[in-house]
Amino acid sequence: MACGTPHDMFSANPLWHNGPIPGGFYNFPGSKTAPLYSGAQRFHTPVTTGTSVLAIKCDGGVVIAADILGSYGSLARFRDLHRVHKINENTVLGVSGDYADFQHLQQIIEQKVISEQCLDDGFALKPRSLLCWLTRHLYYRRSRYDPLWTNFIVGGIQDGQPFLGTVDKLGTAYEDDHIATGYGAYIALPVMRDELAKAKQSGQPISKEDACKVLERCMTVLFFRDARSFPKYEMITLTEEGYEHHGTKTVKANWEIAHMVKGY
Amino acid sequence: MSSVVDPFNKFSYMESGSQRQHFSPYADNGGSVVAIAGEDYAIIAADTRLSSGFSIYTREQSKLFQLSEKTILGCSGCWCDTLTLTRVLDARMQMYYHEHQKLMETPAVAQMLSTMLYYKRFFPYYVSNILAGLDGEGKGCVYSYDPIGHCEKSYFRAGGSAGALLQPLLDNQIGFHNMEKVTVAPVPVEKALAILKDGFISAAERDIYTGDSILIKIITKDGIKDESFQLRKD
Repeated sequence: MACGTPHDMFSANPLWHNGPIPGGFYNFPGSKTAPLYSGAQRFHTPVTTGTSVLAIKCDGGVVIAADILGSYGSLARFRDLHRVHKINENTVLGVSGDYADFQHLQQIIEQKVISEQCLDDGFALKPRSLLCWLTRHLYYRRSRYDPLWTNFIVGGIQDGQPFLGTVDKLGTAYEDDHIATGYGAYIALPVMRDELAKAKQSGQPISKEDACKVLERCMTVLFFRDARSFPKYEMITLTEEGYEHHGTKTVKANWEIAHMVKGY
Repeated sequence: MSSVVDPFNKFSYMESGSQRQHFSPYADNGGSVVAIAGEDYAIIAADTRLSSGFSIYTREQSKLFQLSEKTILGCSGCWCDTLTLTRVLDARMQMYYHEHQKLMETPAVAQMLSTMLYYKRFFPYYVSNILAGLDGEGKGCVYSYDPIGHCEKSYFRAGGSAGALLQPLLDNQIGFHNMEKVTVAPVPVEKALAILKDGFISAAERDIYTGDSILIKIITKDGIKDESFQLRKD
């Protein structure tokens, strides 16, 4: 850069070629006194990561699914890592991204749930409150340039209605009736949108069983295409009837046509 | 760039094959906002698509925030900043209400928003704001901002990802710019609505961050009327 001033998106262009930048310090002799990019990067990078989480709203509740792999770069390191957690009777939390960052938050959330129970006032942490708290916390960390490298999906029942929301490492939060994180946003979300559009056309909300089937298909497709995915996944439903863990399922992969794929 | 080999070149210290991930505190989540003010009304509309890069996060995210009975803010840009800004703004509205026992007037909100944005001058809220409402006399007004708090009052404004596509249409059709033999008069609400919808339809053709549908809020002395309008969803 021209005169020792780091040029970023906020600074104006130089007045002329190699000239001073308005508002910047003009380094007159033009020799470097300090390294240009010496600023330490305070933020860390994800280490043990989880890939996509998928979730959809169904009739009277939500269905949420994620595989049980903790990747260490391209190494499939932890093969029994649970990424969908029950927070309380009306809230589940799915996580993708850095697992250490998640565990840090998990401890805080668990303490919040306990503190709330100790009040014994009949109130419990609601899904929307949890999403709001996560949003504020993640936004605070991104503003400190020290982000928690995670992506959350909060599902549950709020005031008798299904709730589904998500927040990313910046604090970008939104609600929708179908959400996917990571690779799922590219591969699974179109499938989910298609199925929910069909259900909407029929005028009936998608049943819990059908929603499970949709996610099952999505997990299979993801296993075929997402290199950081895993055949084993867990699926959890939370409806008016309560929380239900459908156990660890295995993708029924069919590689019969694999031998026909040639040319690369 | 100098031809001398720079020992501090940002690439020289990086190891090849480094898996270091880049972090930016900002994201561009797109979205467009249009506001038009008339003699006794103000309308503000925003599309409902929230996106990032080539993916659509959700097709039904309202970007309009009602601050009082006659003031509405439309935000587009970095969604996490929008969420934070509007939260603080809501709190400031309540504080004003309890301190003064009256709702903040639109021009006062406009000034406060400018101050709040400039407060974060060196780590700005990356949000394009358009504020619409009725002033103390019941006349429609529109205020538009840049991310660091520059504020301008006008009668029509487009902002956000398709701002550059929408604004020229408003200049011509609402502001009658560069038109000959026309009587410059305030447009009635029906005309304003029709132009606004046409503008969004056209913007959705060319801007991938604008689409799905628009939410329209019409502010008059009788209250706020909601309307929605479908756009293309691809």
